[in-house]
Amino acid sequence: MSILDSKIPEGPLADKWTKHKNTINLVNPANKRNIDVIVVGTGLAGGSAAATLAELGYNVKTFCYQDSPRRAHSIAAQGGINAAKNYQGDGDSNYRLFYDTVKGGDYRSREANVYRLAEVSGNIIDQCVAQGVPFAREYGGLLDNRSFGGVLVSRTFYAKGQTGQQLLLGAYSAMNRQINRGKIQAFNRHEMLDLVKVDGKARGIIARDLVTGEIERHSAHAVVLATGGYGNVFFLSTNAMGSNVMAAWRAHRRGAFFANPCYTQIHPTCIPVSGDHQSKLTLMSESLRNDGRIWVPKRKEDAEAIRAGKLKPTQLSEEERDYYLERRYPAFGNLVPRDVASRAAKERCDEGFGVNKTGEAVYLDFAAAIQRYGKEKALTSGIHNPTAEQILEFGEKVIEDKYGNLFQMYEKIVDENPYKTPMMIYPAVHYTMGGLWVDYNLQTTVPGCYAAGEANFSDHGANRLGASALMQGLADGYFVLPYTIGDYLSQDIRTGKIPTDTPEFDEAEKHVKDRIEKLMSGSGEHSVDYYHKRLGKIMWNKCGMSRNEKELKEAIDEISALRKDFWKSVKVPGNANGMNQELEKAGRVADFLELGELFAKDALDRNESCGGHFREESVEQDGEQKGEALRDDKNFKYVSAWEYKGEPKDAVLHKEDLVFENIELKTRSYK
Amino acid sequence: MNLTLKIWRQSDAKSQGKIVEYPISGIEGDMSFLEMLDVLNEELITKGDEPVVFDHDCREGICGSCSLQINGEPHGPDRLVTTCQLHMRKFNDGDTIFIEPFRAKAFPVVKDLMVDRSAFDRIQHAGGYISVNTSGNTIDANAIPVNKDNADDAFAAATCIGCGACVAACKNASAMLFTSAKVSQYALLPQGQVEATDRVMAMVNQMDEEGFGNCTNTGACEIECPKGISLENIARMNREYLSASLKG
Ligand SMILES: Cc1cc2nc3c(=O)[nH]c(=O)nc-3n(C[C@H](O)[C@H](O)[C@H](O)COP(=O)(O)OP(=O)(O)OC[C@H]3O[C@@H](n4cnc5c(N)ncnc54)[C@H](O)[C@@H]3O)c2cc1C
Ligand code: SF4
Ligand code: FES
Repeated sequence: MSILDSKIPEGPLADKWTKHKNTINLVNPANKRNIDVIVVGTGLAGGSAAATLAELGYNVKTFCYQDSPRRAHSIAAQGGINAAKNYQGDGDSNYRLFYDTVKGGDYRSREANVYRLAEVSGNIIDQCVAQGVPFAREYGGLLDNRSFGGVLVSRTFYAKGQTGQQLLLGAYSAMNRQINRGKIQAFNRHEMLDLVKVDGKARGIIARDLVTGEIERHSAHAVVLATGGYGNVFFLSTNAMGSNVMAAWRAHRRGAFFANPCYTQIHPTCIPVSGDHQSKLTLMSESLRNDGRIWVPKRKEDAEAIRAGKLKPTQLSEEERDYYLERRYPAFGNLVPRDVASRAAKERCDEGFGVNKTGEAVYLDFAAAIQRYGKEKALTSGIHNPTAEQILEFGEKVIEDKYGNLFQMYEKIVDENPYKTPMMIYPAVHYTMGGLWVDYNLQTTVPGCYAAGEANFSDHGANRLGASALMQGLADGYFVLPYTIGDYLSQDIRTGKIPTDTPEFDEAEKHVKDRIEKLMSGSGEHSVDYYHKRLGKIMWNKCGMSRNEKELKEAIDEISALRKDFWKSVKVPGNANGMNQELEKAGRVADFLELGELFAKDALDRNESCGGHFREESVEQDGEQKGEALRDDKNFKYVSAWEYKGEPKDAVLHKEDLVFENIELKTRSYK
Repeated sequence: MNLTLKIWRQSDAKSQGKIVEYPISGIEGDMSFLEMLDVLNEELITKGDEPVVFDHDCREGICGSCSLQINGEPHGPDRLVTTCQLHMRKFNDGDTIFIEPFRAKAFPVVKDLMVDRSAFDRIQHAGGYISVNTSGNTIDANAIPVNKDNADDAFAAATCIGCGACVAACKNASAMLFTSAKVSQYALLPQGQVEATDRVMAMVNQMDEEGFGNCTNTGACEIECPKGISLENIARMNREYLSASLKG
């Protein structure tokens, strides 16, 4: 029997949030001054939550491991943020955004949460514009929109390819205002190492000052975790190097259930791995697929010759190229959803058709687009018999106007001119939809411990869409959590300051110190990175885009063995009383080694293909979709929420059954 | 490539630092500069030595964490890139490379190559924001149209990543380019107007208090800025400051 209570309000979908806000308990403004809230993480979710909580009158302490809140990983998001504003008058509405998001998540998210997300999405844009976020505008002075893969309306707001940066700086400026007013105390270069519970409630954290090495106790009436995603469990990903699962995992060990750990979004257009030294992968905006054609050579010999540097892609004729997406999915072509594009690329490379040194890349070719745009531009410029050079020049100019910054970034990294030779791309781990299980109020299974943004599991299901993670982070932070947390905190108006000199804080601090000591005392055979890279390889090969029972079971054993070896033989140089980046990494990798195993266990349980995950045992057997991913609504229409019981292998599965009253579950169609 | 690295080592803010020489081999052109340092650190760790500390996170030129003075230039010899985007193909086999922290009184060294840039945050706390309630009762985003050119210029100013290269490049260690980028973003938007006077005064005063030097229009900041933030912003800030001072 499930012990999960999602606390979804009664009533019609469209009224749930308003009704809920009208009926939950409020805290009197005078009493808010006596209540402390800790917000761990200052990305879009944490930054916006901290600013708003402080605005409302709570005393807020924020924590982040970077030297400034402005550097949180949200800063790297490129493409844009969705909102149902219908400024374009193309028929968008809250319902449509809700519908697209539930469908894009392969019907593995909660209806009520997603509807609320769509409902507040418009407000996010208003808020950000008022704060001075310079979104792209049209000549008439109004906001511009673009459309993102998988939807039929234009609802994505953007600031060139730096949308995340501008949104984060907006949230950071809102924080600055509260810091100036004394309502936020910011602890930068601080890392949360444990959650402290008193009488079953979250009442504080243990943090390490990363500069002095000091272990600190911080108490509060509630703790909000907005610590981002765990894509770095794969070692190579598009995430920032410091992104980690530590805070969420510590909370998990203290009783917060971890939901859907196996849901990862894999992005098809990243710059491929070039060698063993590589530390991270760089995303190239998906918008490139609007104009680029994806191909590999038809013949293996040609692919081999290209890999050996004996043949250039431009030397292959049209007939010698396999435009495999156009061939397999004529209706969508190069614009198939992210997971389909990713899987198809991997399939071709696994078959030996990869085109870079390591054999893990496919071409994204702009030659046809350059020709097409070039001819068009020549005509509109009044040149009716353009020369080949003129067409090329015009065409390259059009492409430069559209994607110039991306082409430049590619050239910097790969050292090849993508206007002259096709780009190479390969899928990479991008963001994680799993996270701490939360109810409608964003509270975890530990009372008083909340989770927001990528750190929670809510709203995305097995998402295959773009531009919705930023939306969810800001919705949680600006508009949802600051209300719902009041319901809980209204019990605390007479509690007074939470003391930190209690046995619970003693115990948590001792636990943290013992763990650090243990990390420092490994026998010293291998560096932290050695373990992280090995974990990453297991994850990518056996828990990546396609999965099967046999390999998932192997992964579980391999990760567990790797973890044992880590604790025995890891080498952390230096000491713990000061800046020690290896120690920081070691703590994070130790947690990845546990999460990785739970991830594989969750993937093993989910014997269906859904979202970006192809389960080899769950494939359409016949009909038009033969050979494609098969979702299994009868058996897997649930959120998996894992309860910690010591080793990850002992974790207990709880299921939150998903109920769809407003949307009919449909089979995916690609053809 | 085989290289000789001459790296600034300093165990904490109070200790004396010194240059230490490290030979390194097997470096490939497609490694980033930070990946080259990863290789060095891996070697140091295996030998039981302490790895070199440096700031980094996104490794794609957007978070502003990475710093490093490389052969005397912030972010090294390439233009319009951060250190994490600098690739080893810009160097030659046999090169000697000097690697030091950003130098400025207002940026004390934390350890080795890592410096404390929190002075930038304090300039922002002083007024780098528009005072608007965050709890959701704002007007419709399209209610105030913004001239596209202004919006584009505001965006260009807002792309500053707060890396501090401008300060490190400046012989006076001035923070004018950074501060002016912030002031400009808001000065160009209608939403930011009401507080413009207070904002520029507060930010400039804080900048002086933090110990940054004066601007003598040398322009080194613009040349070394990885995001191409333009000197026009400094001119704009000076105009804003002047008119604010006149208003008193
Ligand atoms: C390259 C890239 C491009 C993307 N593009 C888009 C896009 O176009 N549209 C979109 O919607 N989404 C996009 N995403 C996804 C989106 O950026 C993220 O999901 C979102 O920014 C996460 O925000 P967050 O606030 O939850 O976490 P983050 O921004 O990751 O913030 C985490 C915070 O937690 C802190 N922290 C973590 N652990 C600890 C600890 N133990 N102690 C103290 N502090 C800690 C960090 O310091 C940081 O402040 C993209 C992602 C990537 C990687
Ligand atoms: S102005 Fe340029 S150099 Fe200075 S902090 Fe901003 S991005 Fe860095
Ligand atoms: S590491 Fe983020 S800008 Fe270099």
